[in-house]
Amino acid sequence: MARKVLAKGNEALAEAAIAAGCRGFFGYPITPQTDVAAYMARRMPQVGGVYVQAESEIAAVNMVMGAAAAGARALTSSSSPGISLKSETISYLAGCDLPAVIINMQRAGPGLGGIQPSQADYFQATKGLAHGDFHLIVLAPYSVQEMADFMVLAFDLADRYRTPVMLLGDGMLGQMMEPVVFPEPVKTLPEKSWAVTGTKGKRPPNIINSLYIQPDELETLVLERYKRYEAIQREETRFETFFADDAEVLLTAYGSTARIAKSAVLALREKGVKAGLFRPVTLWPFPQEALRQAAAAAEYVLCVEMSMGQMVEDVRLAVNGAKPVHFYGRTGGVVPSPAEIIEQVTRIREGS
Amino acid sequence: MAVVFTKTQGLTDAQTHYCPGCTHGIAHRIVAEALEELGLVGSAVGIAPVGCSVFAYQYFNCDMLQAPHGRAPAVATGVKRVRPENLVFTYQGDGDLAAIGTAETVHAAARGENITVIFINNAIYGMTGGQMAPTSLPGQVTQTTPNGRDPRIAGFPVRICEMLSTLPGTAYAERVSLDCVKNVRKAKQAVLKAFTYQMQGYGFTIVEMLSACPTNWGLAPTEALAWVRDNMIPYYPLGVFCDRRVER
Amino acid sequence: MSTHRILIAGFGGQGVQFAGRLLAHVGMYVGKEVSYLSSYGPEMRGGTSNCSVQISDKFIASPLVLEPTELVVMNGPSLEKFEKTVVPGGRIYIDSSIVAKPAVRSDIEPHPIPATALAEEMGLGRLANVIFCGYLIKKLDLCPLSALPAILKEVVSAKRPELLEGNLQALALGFSM
Repeated sequence: MARKVLAKGNEALAEAAIAAGCRGFFGYPITPQTDVAAYMARRMPQVGGVYVQAESEIAAVNMVMGAAAAGARALTSSSSPGISLKSETISYLAGCDLPAVIINMQRAGPGLGGIQPSQADYFQATKGLAHGDFHLIVLAPYSVQEMADFMVLAFDLADRYRTPVMLLGDGMLGQMMEPVVFPEPVKTLPEKSWAVTGTKGKRPPNIINSLYIQPDELETLVLERYKRYEAIQREETRFETFFADDAEVLLTAYGSTARIAKSAVLALREKGVKAGLFRPVTLWPFPQEALRQAAAAAEYVLCVEMSMGQMVEDVRLAVNGAKPVHFYGRTGGVVPSPAEIIEQVTRIREGS
Repeated sequence: MAVVFTKTQGLTDAQTHYCPGCTHGIAHRIVAEALEELGLVGSAVGIAPVGCSVFAYQYFNCDMLQAPHGRAPAVATGVKRVRPENLVFTYQGDGDLAAIGTAETVHAAARGENITVIFINNAIYGMTGGQMAPTSLPGQVTQTTPNGRDPRIAGFPVRICEMLSTLPGTAYAERVSLDCVKNVRKAKQAVLKAFTYQMQGYGFTIVEMLSACPTNWGLAPTEALAWVRDNMIPYYPLGVFCDRRVER
Repeated sequence: MSTHRILIAGFGGQGVQFAGRLLAHVGMYVGKEVSYLSSYGPEMRGGTSNCSVQISDKFIASPLVLEPTELVVMNGPSLEKFEKTVVPGGRIYIDSSIVAKPAVRSDIEPHPIPATALAEEMGLGRLANVIFCGYLIKKLDLCPLSALPAILKEVVSAKRPELLEGNLQALALGFSM
């Protein structure tokens, strides 16, 4: 069995990206994810890869676009305000069908906000990151082990569906250390016959482009892409349930908040309250049907986030009025405690 | 009958969308001929900008990539870093390169990024219909400077080659003009040199081409070429601004 | 075993983060669930430094230690800031050679240790942090002394093997107190 090491979330991401065959990292410093860049600056030259510190978040993601277009597994990493800057080119990546991975270790906003953990970029990641009809696959790890595992998954999904993939963590996951078993290095990467690598005079030029002036031509391409999105929804929706089968109180939470919710579930069970947790692992595609089923037996659902209530909208859409959906959130970089969640459950019970 | 001219293999057969009298066609042909003469058509990866030359990916007969507005040098950086053996060039106008993409341009040069930038300076935003560009001349009438560019309000034109030549990462910066046959020949020599320097690994190379935009300047094609000569060249002197052959 | 929620706080440069990583490694070595979280951001630069470590038989929820069962304080401001957060019945380990005041709460167990003075006296330089680690490892019965050399090798930079010996001595000193 592979060896367990104690690793920091941000560094686990970086090392797992290398295991996934990523050989192009383009970054720009921003707390709390700068250690991803620092790690890559040291490691990339050791594995024959490329590390460039760009002049801006914008330049960094455009370098990713170039490297991805040239057929490499390319990665950029940032935190909330930096993702806002990258958003334009992420739309281009989607429009060009380019596989690439973008890490967002969320911090509190809006504006310059704060540097403590947050989940206030859920809307941005899953709904309205940039202009145009498109989606990203959004993976939400909740442990250092998942940070490592999902990095490999992110690159695989990006290549399989030719789409940008976002790994959505937060400052706490990035900064914490936990034991982790690193994934085995990927041995063979998929062929990319569409990449711009020079024709060598052996084939017609490859063109990577998102501009289509004729409306019907553009519509056809977008419809084709949405067919792929349907396949992603069908094949790649991921979630975890924890004591959800007989739960009367069904918590929903993702990322580090799901850890806290798990604690609350255990504590509530000790008090004799049948609590459970539904944890979306892919935020897009959102595990709508699975959540609907999990909520069917519960009395009510309580969504917990480090935001003013963003994922709760998807939870409500999934539950579709069948059960009451309550929300509890902390924001600004404040991390909710299990005790606060238990208190909410008590209040809801007393209120009903 | 003897064949006296054939179109370069560096261009596709697509008909360009450029206006009559526009010098983009000449610039395209120069770049494509240089690629062909150096045997680099099969190696080249070109980056098209946003602006009049946004469709450049349809015209160059090599692998092409279309970048977000102003970001071509960053995109080119990504390509070149993972494919250092390929020739990588950007083809950008003045709005793309010298306004929205200034940071990407300057920092690609500062890093000595081993790419070639073909910079089309026609002192105006063409595709959007003739607004003031960062390179519009003082007094120049545009849609957004209806009384002529007043430097007190709209600032001064940017001299890109002069600016970039101060950076040690720039291996070669030359400004040429497409106003007459003699200067077109010089322009071709400049592009050949820039591509050669890139293949030698000398670092960042840029060829700035003073170009005519008869449509948005409101001039006949021949008048537009004269305008380049009489108005642009005095403000943007032609010549080599730096030539550093240092292998990295 | 219940969950050990350890908060270590002091000035930057006292090795607070190193101590946290060392304890987390010990926990991992003996097969426990562990987590470690350092404070980050502007407060890292100059001034105070703290970190959260948890060692447990159970799944660890939040890695953030808000109510420590064990609090290690290596400077005065940290005592003032964190003493009130310790759970009743918890323990507070104070570097009594640096912090002049004792703990005021009577419902927690004080462990004053003149770690910095001891380190200097024993020629161990600035290894007060590691003395605390040795002390906690013994108090919490995390692992035997004989297991520590192997664990320490994981934590001390491979580039600086000369540091191993001093660290081991400091661990042994804390362990024997």
